[in-house]
Amino acid sequence: MNTANILEIKDLKVIYKTDLEVVEAINGLNLTLGKGKTLGLVGETGAGKTTTALSILKLLPSVTGKILNGSILFDGEEILKMDEKKMQAIRGNRISMVFQDPMTSLNPVLTVGDQIAEAIQLHNPEMSKEDVQKKVASSLELVGIPSWRSVEYPHQFSGGMKQRVVIAIALACEPELLIADEPTTALDVTIQAQVLSMIRDLRDRFNTSMIMITHDLGIVAQTCDDVAVMYAGTIIESGTAEDIFLNKDHHPYTVGLFNSIPNLDVKTDRLSPIEGLMPDPTDLPKGCAFSPRCPHAMEICHQKRPPVYTNNTHNIACFLFLPEGKQGNKGGEE
Amino acid sequence: MYRYVFKRLLFLIPTILGVTLIIYAVMSITPGDPGRSMLGTSAPQADVDAYNEALGYNLPFFQKYLNYLIKMIFHQDFGISYFTKLPVFQEIWPRFLVTIKLAFFGIILSTLVGVPFGIYAAVKQYSAFDTITSLVAFFMAAFPAFVLGLMFLYIFALKLNLLPSYGIATFAHYIMPAMAISIPPAAQNMRFTKSSMLEAIRQDYVRTARAKGAPERTVIWKHTLRNALLPVVTQIGLNLGMLIAGAVVVERIFSIPGIGSLIVDRISYKDEPVIIAGTILISITFTIVMLIVDILYAYIDPRIRAKYAKLKG
Amino acid sequence: MKNNENGSDAILYKKENQFKEIWRRFRKSKGAVIGLILFIVIAGGLLAADLIVPYEKAVSQNFGARLAPPSMEYPFGTDGYGRDAFARLLHGGRTSLSIALLATFSSAIIGSSLGAIAGFFGGKVDNLIMRSLDIFMSVPDILFTMAVVYALGPSFTNLLIALTLAYFTNYVRLVRSQVLNLAEQDYVEAARAGGAKNARIIISHIIPNAIGVIIVNTTLNVAKIILYESTLSFLGLGMPPPHPEWGLMLAEAREFMRTAPWLMFFPSAAIVFTAASINLIGDGMRDALDPHLKS
Repeated sequence: MNTANILEIKDLKVIYKTDLEVVEAINGLNLTLGKGKTLGLVGETGAGKTTTALSILKLLPSVTGKILNGSILFDGEEILKMDEKKMQAIRGNRISMVFQDPMTSLNPVLTVGDQIAEAIQLHNPEMSKEDVQKKVASSLELVGIPSWRSVEYPHQFSGGMKQRVVIAIALACEPELLIADEPTTALDVTIQAQVLSMIRDLRDRFNTSMIMITHDLGIVAQTCDDVAVMYAGTIIESGTAEDIFLNKDHHPYTVGLFNSIPNLDVKTDRLSPIEGLMPDPTDLPKGCAFSPRCPHAMEICHQKRPPVYTNNTHNIACFLFLPEGKQGNKGGEE
Repeated sequence: MYRYVFKRLLFLIPTILGVTLIIYAVMSITPGDPGRSMLGTSAPQADVDAYNEALGYNLPFFQKYLNYLIKMIFHQDFGISYFTKLPVFQEIWPRFLVTIKLAFFGIILSTLVGVPFGIYAAVKQYSAFDTITSLVAFFMAAFPAFVLGLMFLYIFALKLNLLPSYGIATFAHYIMPAMAISIPPAAQNMRFTKSSMLEAIRQDYVRTARAKGAPERTVIWKHTLRNALLPVVTQIGLNLGMLIAGAVVVERIFSIPGIGSLIVDRISYKDEPVIIAGTILISITFTIVMLIVDILYAYIDPRIRAKYAKLKG
Repeated sequence: MKNNENGSDAILYKKENQFKEIWRRFRKSKGAVIGLILFIVIAGGLLAADLIVPYEKAVSQNFGARLAPPSMEYPFGTDGYGRDAFARLLHGGRTSLSIALLATFSSAIIGSSLGAIAGFFGGKVDNLIMRSLDIFMSVPDILFTMAVVYALGPSFTNLLIALTLAYFTNYVRLVRSQVLNLAEQDYVEAARAGGAKNARIIISHIIPNAIGVIIVNTTLNVAKIILYESTLSFLGLGMPPPHPEWGLMLAEAREFMRTAPWLMFFPSAAIVFTAASINLIGDGMRDALDPHLKS
């Protein structure tokens, strides 16, 4: 393990097993996150981003979710080998998660203050009541909520404020790693900007490493140092933000993603979506998962999973860049 | 909060008025009359009429209704039984207490047994405990109270001679009737609590609690339980109707001098004062219990509390 | 996406699939299937009562054969009047089942309509309906039913009326809260924006979504009504004698507990198994209509 990395995921394979079918949610995922860095995990709904996050915390639904193999190293320690007690000590304390829907993430019958206090007390059992209360108050202020509101209940807060509470809970113990799963998707656009900027400030203040899960490339551009693009359970392209936004070479899927964003400067008649749909995770195609939709698909793409082409920090899992596939090298299209 | 309770108690008034009206109305279309029932089928009609006249039975029902209300509200006089000629209240009150005791046992037992079993079955879903308890509860829910009562009578009184079969002389006398009344709602409670817990455990805020690093025990007790109990509390209130129906039959089976059996007996004699007073008492009790249930609900759920706090004026 | 000229076709196709899917989930639950089979056997036996044993035997008294234990001639024995208990069980069951099914149906329709109206129109209408309901519900159902049956006289129709009155309240609250939830959903607003009138919204959007809950509750209510009806007949408020009924049979059997205990056994078993089989079906339907609830 490279000690400059807070998180290293290798070859992760996760399935959901119901009595009807097996959903291959994550198929050979590799990811690294440097300390103090922010990684944007990008992809459409269903790509497996949330599953990845849940796997890191081992919070998959117990009956159906199974981690088949792989390795998740957190600050050098193997998460997959840890027992439940160790995991509980890590959750909320060293690794925190912010979920997508603030409306349902908070317990309606407990005060907001109680819920923040719980996060603190779970990991600081010797702390006195007054100290806990002080920490609750400061957590609320940190996210821009007046501390006297700690005695109120979730239903008394608006959506944006609820999400702030959720963030306050996540940051209460100053975790080393924060996983934010589409934290602003459920919020109004104006609130989105506020919450995002707040997340950024807090991250800078505590030097927290962060995984920002999102489908919004704009957010990625604003907040992330590194980017990983996920499709059908694997990372098909990763690199620094410059690599992804500025380089010429890209995975065809990434190209499609960028193209589907409407451009204010260019007048067009039609939007250009990516043709087709994401593959059925219970029935993944042989070879490259994107090949059925890819405009540059070659014979070999349908046969074998592409290995990764590496150019310095930029990784692309596509035969277009590899000797086996190099015929008419057309990587980056505009 | 107090405003809300006050408003609800105030609602008792139209309730009593309404209940009394309904009963008088129903009685007015019911065949028979006290005179005929008392004097027998062979008595001359003239005697029967005189008898009824003396009781004031032949007045139009609305007048009887008003008379009754006036006497009840202003004189606290519930009238005289058509049947025994004794003051109604004296007859009803001790019997009412007996039934209340029985119903009280019923509620306590069915809640204290049904709810914890349901919680545990949900927490340990698919375990042996769950399978067995769910099966038993399921089966028990198919037994009406009177079948249970008869079974107990047969097994414990007749065959094993363990428990007394009628009356209320000792504590032991209450055991079989209380069991017969409590088991159906207990089974209901167990099943309902279990499904409510299972529903609550799926919620997002439970996942948040786990993500905070809370141990499973805390997740269950602190987060799931309180939310799961909300619909359960309402359900317990709804079971009350079942409980009272059970009380009525059980009083019959075990010859218990309760108010249920009193009313059933007096219906055939058209003893209106007794029937009305008895029904009013039961209805008031019913309403008060439902009120307690609602208050409990508001106590647990701050969202409802907020709604009621807003009901000012 | 099919366009609207084939609209009706598209919906039909979807509904068929939905039924198949629900049936498939239903079949998976062993309990539900057992319940269904059991119920079909019971109901079939009861409805075919006339074919199995003539009604005569259920009511004709034969003092020579009083309180006979089960035998080839009398499979369930005879009662205090020498009547064939097996025949009484079958014919009584047919009545009970028919009343229960009809009462469930009528209470469901009346209660659901009231609930839908209250929920949908809200305001004063809602208030009026719910307040009246509260007063109505503060009379414990058994007392009210007793009074009604007594007032109208025991007969099939009157029992039906009494039971409907006792059980329609279940549906009012239920449907009302469903309607309240659903009326706020976005797709209802969308329908309104598309110009749909109130009635159409209720029929096409709200009812299909509420129907799942209604169906499950209706099924479970059949069992409850059977139990309730047997309680009534136990108290002597069911069909008038000599017409047989399970509750009545138990009331009569009580005095012969010592000498002829089998008379209590068979009607009890009949009540319990019928109610249990319906509950199994009801539970199965609930799981089939909302599979999430399982785990």
